[in-house]
Amino acid sequence: MSKILWIKNGRVIDPANDRDDVGDVYAVDGLIVNNLSPEQKSSATVHDATELIVIPGIVDIQVHLREPGQLHKECVKTGSWAAAAGGITSMVCMGNTTPPCDNAGTIQYLINIIKRDSIVNIYPVGTASIGMKGEALTPTGSLKKAGAVAITDDGHCIQDNEIMRRAVEYAKMHDLILMDHCQDYALTKNSVMNESEMSLRLGLKGWPNAAEDIIVARNIILAESTNAHIHLQHISSATAVDFIRRAKSRHIRVTAEAMPHHIALTDVSLKDYNTNFKMNPPLRTERDRLALIAGLLDGTIDCIATDHAPHSPTEKDVEFDKAPFGIIGLETSLAVCLGVLVHDKHCDLPYLIELMTCKPSEILNLDKGTLSEGSEADICVFDPLESWIVHENGFFSRSKNSPWIGEELRGKVKKTFVKGNLVFNGEYILSPQDEHTILARPGES
Amino acid sequence: MNIASHWTRKDLIGIEDLSADELEIIFNTVESFKKTLSRSVKKLPLLQGKTVVNLFMEPSTRTRIAFEMAAKNLSAEVLTISGDASSLSKGETLRDTALNIQALAADALVIRHSSAGSPLYLSKVVDIPVINAGDGAHEHPTQALLDAFTLRERFGKDLTGLRVTILGDILFSRVARSNIWALTKLGASVTLAGPSTLVPPNFESAFGVRVCHNLRDALADADAVMLLRIQHERQTATHFPSLGEYTSSFGLNKLRVSWLKTDAIIMHPGPINRGVELDSEIADSARSVILQQVTNGIAVRMAVLYLCSGFADFTRFGKQPQAIEEL
Repeated sequence: MSKILWIKNGRVIDPANDRDDVGDVYAVDGLIVNNLSPEQKSSATVHDATELIVIPGIVDIQVHLREPGQLHKECVKTGSWAAAAGGITSMVCMGNTTPPCDNAGTIQYLINIIKRDSIVNIYPVGTASIGMKGEALTPTGSLKKAGAVAITDDGHCIQDNEIMRRAVEYAKMHDLILMDHCQDYALTKNSVMNESEMSLRLGLKGWPNAAEDIIVARNIILAESTNAHIHLQHISSATAVDFIRRAKSRHIRVTAEAMPHHIALTDVSLKDYNTNFKMNPPLRTERDRLALIAGLLDGTIDCIATDHAPHSPTEKDVEFDKAPFGIIGLETSLAVCLGVLVHDKHCDLPYLIELMTCKPSEILNLDKGTLSEGSEADICVFDPLESWIVHENGFFSRSKNSPWIGEELRGKVKKTFVKGNLVFNGEYILSPQDEHTILARPGES
Repeated sequence: MNIASHWTRKDLIGIEDLSADELEIIFNTVESFKKTLSRSVKKLPLLQGKTVVNLFMEPSTRTRIAFEMAAKNLSAEVLTISGDASSLSKGETLRDTALNIQALAADALVIRHSSAGSPLYLSKVVDIPVINAGDGAHEHPTQALLDAFTLRERFGKDLTGLRVTILGDILFSRVARSNIWALTKLGASVTLAGPSTLVPPNFESAFGVRVCHNLRDALADADAVMLLRIQHERQTATHFPSLGEYTSSFGLNKLRVSWLKTDAIIMHPGPINRGVELDSEIADSARSVILQQVTNGIAVRMAVLYLCSGFADFTRFGKQPQAIEEL
């Protein structure tokens, strides 16, 4: 017998199809359909979404799941739980694992783990250089055959312009995008926070915007000269936004992403040396924050991604200089972005949903982030107004390095469906095979 | 009146957090202790039965010894642990080291660390007082207190309108930052001088001070010049070309001292590099108050240990601190 899903009477927002109305969403055997027959309706599992928002599952093209090799921070299973709790149904996991995803074997291994453990769609990437050392190209063709959807040294940045040029050219032949983490190493040696008035006051080594701007400019130049598509990861600098805007006006093939924390916070948050505000690239100034928002609004920055970067409490509970860079973000992304962009009236809800669903999907041709008939029924249902307080012990992620602990956020995911199966009910992670089986409760990872 | 009962901090992390009233409490306490330093018997029983642990993760002579002497003058037991001699070199975390020191029944922890923010971090980890003896390029509060106290001795208690020029490596200096906070809170105006790479213009907006790269201008109307040591160990080769170049542009020599007002004083937190940031004859001249600063350093650390321990005793045991005047 078919498995029939009927999500009823919600405000359905599906930017890929220009849809924004109060109505229903249906799925049969895990695929979206536009209508159900009366017989199908009578046997459907009904979810009432009155006064809730129904959107395609969120697509996050930059997360770190730490598997293989760093399971004390996160793993595919717990990362997928955290994603489901955040309304994220598809994500692209970075290759800076141990060992790194610089060979087909590691990617194949990872894909097997994903098939076994993940409750959401996870796409691996290959690294751009062997060992992410920026010295020699990876076997991009084999990585693609193994399942890589892009190549990137994320967490690292190829410094040698010749290697970068060849990596981009070679990836283009395989129809893969190179996603670059834009950081000039010479300008960021021992740097731990944005270079600003705050870094002077705190006595911490500053990380100038120029370190990002220079590599963004380099990448724009190489995208133009090779006519290849380069995706600029986690942009944080106002000048970089300006460079990207000008590059796009000249039809150079670059895309870019921004992180929830960079549009929500500034380096002023570092005043107490809380290592949960230490990430790469660093939190910048109000001017940068506003430039990122403007970039998202005018299309200069194409999408939002989290850069979910779990680290264990032991690793973060040290002197600021010694703490690793990175924060978790999967479970707070939607609420934070709602707060910054929609509740603060920078844009309407459909536009935000576009930035979090079909637009990131489009960059990597994932064919996700839509409620189009025939697509897999990955759906997020949320209450845009419900407030909740972020608790240290409330995460499904194995780590708790969040800058929002103790903060009140507005916007709560109520249900997440993957391929038509309810995997998160607003409280617990549920088995995709049987929604009556609880897989995980908060704080148990 | 027992001024110590008005002190409500267990820790001294930085000058930035302190109010002008709190600075006043400290200075009044320092004044009382300074008088005791010239007695034939210096020891006071104020911290009798207590143990102060100095955890020094970076080399130090003056600050470490001043804290040791201050604790001993107050009759406390003192233990000094250096970074390379502790289990931190075996991979123990700073948190665990501090918790162990507390578990060994220490009553106060004085810490010097190369990472900015470490004393604040530890103050949240342990219940005993944490005194910052210098954290990275962040703050060195007791140095600023002793500098301000030295200025008060010379120019009177009201420092409003006093002009102080801090000259040298500002960027990497915790002494400069603490002094900027202290001096601006006390109403003095501060000019920062030195090479542009070590005195970036952002200091003006970040701290409300003046930045000046012309030495003559920076010295012309100063009442006091605070020299900072050029820290070879912190600077990479990128921040200035050579020590010789520094000395020829910013070193204080006889000629440049003649640009100062006749009653202007010269200060230095030490250790001094004779012939680099100042000529020997200047260091030893009548304008120099460098050794007076060192002596005041003991009284300042006595005051800080006494005030913070007193407040910790009050919160833990409900015991009012013993007034210094009673001794």
